[in-house]
Amino acid sequence: MRLIKDRRITTNPFHRISADDPIPADGALLVPLIVWQDHWERLVTRPDPIGVLLTSHEHPEVIGDDVDQLDLIALEFPTFRDGRAYSYARLIRERYGFAGELRAVGDVLLEQLHYMERVGFNSFEIDSEDPMIDFETAAKDFSVWYQASGDDRSAAASLRQAIKRDD
Amino acid sequence: MYRYDEFDQTLVNERVTQFRRQVARRLDGEMSEDQFKPLRLMNGLYLQLHAYMLRINVPYGCLSATQLRRLAHIARRYDKGFGHFTTRQNLQFNWISLIDTPDIMAELAEVEMNTMQSSGNCVRNITADHYAGRAKDEIEDPRVWCELLRQYSILNPEFSYLPRKFKLALTGAPNDRAAVAVHDIGLRMHHDERGQPGFEVIVGGGQGRTPVIGKTIRPWIEPQHVISYVEAILRVYNLYGRRDNIFKARIKILVNALGIEQFRELVDTEWEQIRNTDLRIPNAERDRINAYFALPEYATAEDIATEFSALRAAEPAFDAWLRSNVIEHKVAGYAIVNISLKAPGRIPGDLSADKMDRVADLADQFSFGELRVSHRQNLTFVDVRQADLHTLWQQLESLELATPNIGLASDIIACPGLDYCALANARSIPIAQDIGLHFADSEKLQQVGNLTINISGCMNACGHHHVGNIGILGVDKRGKEFFQLTLGGSSDENASLGDRLGRGLPQAEVPAAIELIVDTYLAARRDGETFLQTYRRIGINPFRDAVYGADNNKSRQVA
Repeated sequence: MRLIKDRRITTNPFHRISADDPIPADGALLVPLIVWQDHWERLVTRPDPIGVLLTSHEHPEVIGDDVDQLDLIALEFPTFRDGRAYSYARLIRERYGFAGELRAVGDVLLEQLHYMERVGFNSFEIDSEDPMIDFETAAKDFSVWYQASGDDRSAAASLRQAIKRDD
Repeated sequence: MYRYDEFDQTLVNERVTQFRRQVARRLDGEMSEDQFKPLRLMNGLYLQLHAYMLRINVPYGCLSATQLRRLAHIARRYDKGFGHFTTRQNLQFNWISLIDTPDIMAELAEVEMNTMQSSGNCVRNITADHYAGRAKDEIEDPRVWCELLRQYSILNPEFSYLPRKFKLALTGAPNDRAAVAVHDIGLRMHHDERGQPGFEVIVGGGQGRTPVIGKTIRPWIEPQHVISYVEAILRVYNLYGRRDNIFKARIKILVNALGIEQFRELVDTEWEQIRNTDLRIPNAERDRINAYFALPEYATAEDIATEFSALRAAEPAFDAWLRSNVIEHKVAGYAIVNISLKAPGRIPGDLSADKMDRVADLADQFSFGELRVSHRQNLTFVDVRQADLHTLWQQLESLELATPNIGLASDIIACPGLDYCALANARSIPIAQDIGLHFADSEKLQQVGNLTINISGCMNACGHHHVGNIGILGVDKRGKEFFQLTLGGSSDENASLGDRLGRGLPQAEVPAAIELIVDTYLAARRDGETFLQTYRRIGINPFRDAVYGADNNKSRQVA
């Protein structure tokens, strides 16, 4: 797995633990929701970055009040067909106001990256030999969007009105 | 009709480029069929029994003569010289090669057409009343909202991987010609108590193996909030719709599981958060799009129906055609003309490339260069001068496109069935042809009156059999094709699902059974009653007795 964050290849500083693993004393850590809920007091006092991984069954409203304490939220795609995390991502960004790293993990396909970026993901674990080339190809597919979806790209309707005002 | 601007055109062109790359990767073996499948499906490309099938969107059924000529060209160059109009007002080509698809899409893009999301678990082509903007009973033309919803749904980043496909239909008229109650979301225009037009929102209708009549989630909503309300529904569905079982993944299952009250509460809670965001449609954008749907420049004309009386008397075929295929227009001196794609013995919805070209010419000559596709798989010219009706009729007659059967027994909806479709259990087309020939006599047709016969080759119900006055469902019983009949279905404003008549019949017995059903109706009907009205009054038993005889035990056997 390779990690792309903010459109660059990067190393993944987060160590991912499962529910049964002990919590290491230091180092950036990505934990399952249950660990966050059971041990958050301890986790927030650690000096290093902390992230929570949500499976596709875990609605992010359970951490809606915690987002300021988190550096990373990772959303899992158990299969590329499971589109729940697209809605989760928008809620996390637009409703709960999370500004940190929002990462797509699991069955993340090249062809879906443009959708994921638009709903608020800014990092991606991709299974690819040449992730940057793949990423750039996919990211460049479209220059026009009909929907405003919380990212900084303008939707066609507002661009149309802007053109009209210039006339 | 709507025309692409630079944004629409760029997006469609970019989609073609993207798909060309994906097809190349597939053909080079860089991508497996498993990886490629969801990509081709999102572009309307299915792998059928014999070849690829490509489904082309006709947005809410509106088509220009130029576009129809391009479809004719594609049919000739890349297919076997014909195409098939579908119940989603789309057009399908059945004999496509994968390697040609990027070129076909590029040819479509040149005439402002595309295949995006005509398949896949996303929002599909939005359908509408095929008389939209012209019908006398209409409150307002719904197409501006159709177009806004089309744009909203295309490549929607949040809702492109829904639990299952998602279908919307709109009508601006109280008489529902768009079957809105059997859609995932149906929007039907009403006035509120102040006389303001708005949409009733119906949710969770659908056909398939679990047919459901949709429920009203909101009796009236201001049109400018339509997109935010649809988004609230889509978000609730995306979050809570079932993903563990493909047969239970449609929104109707979620609505039924939660109950409409709880579903409404979830949607309304979500909607409160988003109703005043930029999902609210700005008046300027509404007006920009609405301008495309302005009425054409009609010649000043008056109704001349009475002048037809001599012609009608002299030519009974013209008279029959006027009565069944021509509909009143909201503008004096004009008429709405339905072009039947159901000539006896023909495949419902099929049209040859040569006839597509001729129809395009006629549209230019008689109807401002535009036409519509109806969900009943016919074509419509919506702006014909009454003074041109006789000439147009003669032209259509010479093309075998003037069968006077719109809304009558031989105006059959049929899916492609086992002749093409990989999902089908049985062949729909031969049944449709048999019944069509059976009702070839126009006098008999007129005598029977309004009667919809809908045929599906499997329980996925693409042929809308649940909502046919007579529904016919093909089933496979130990390797043999049988056909189950249902009665009393309807997709209009009083929508209902058909009741099962009895055990399945072999193909050879179906036309005789239809005959018995029709005879039972004719014997029982009161003055002016349609088949559906008689059926609702007398119930299924007389029909059951007629088809299965007194030995009703047979009818209780499950096919």
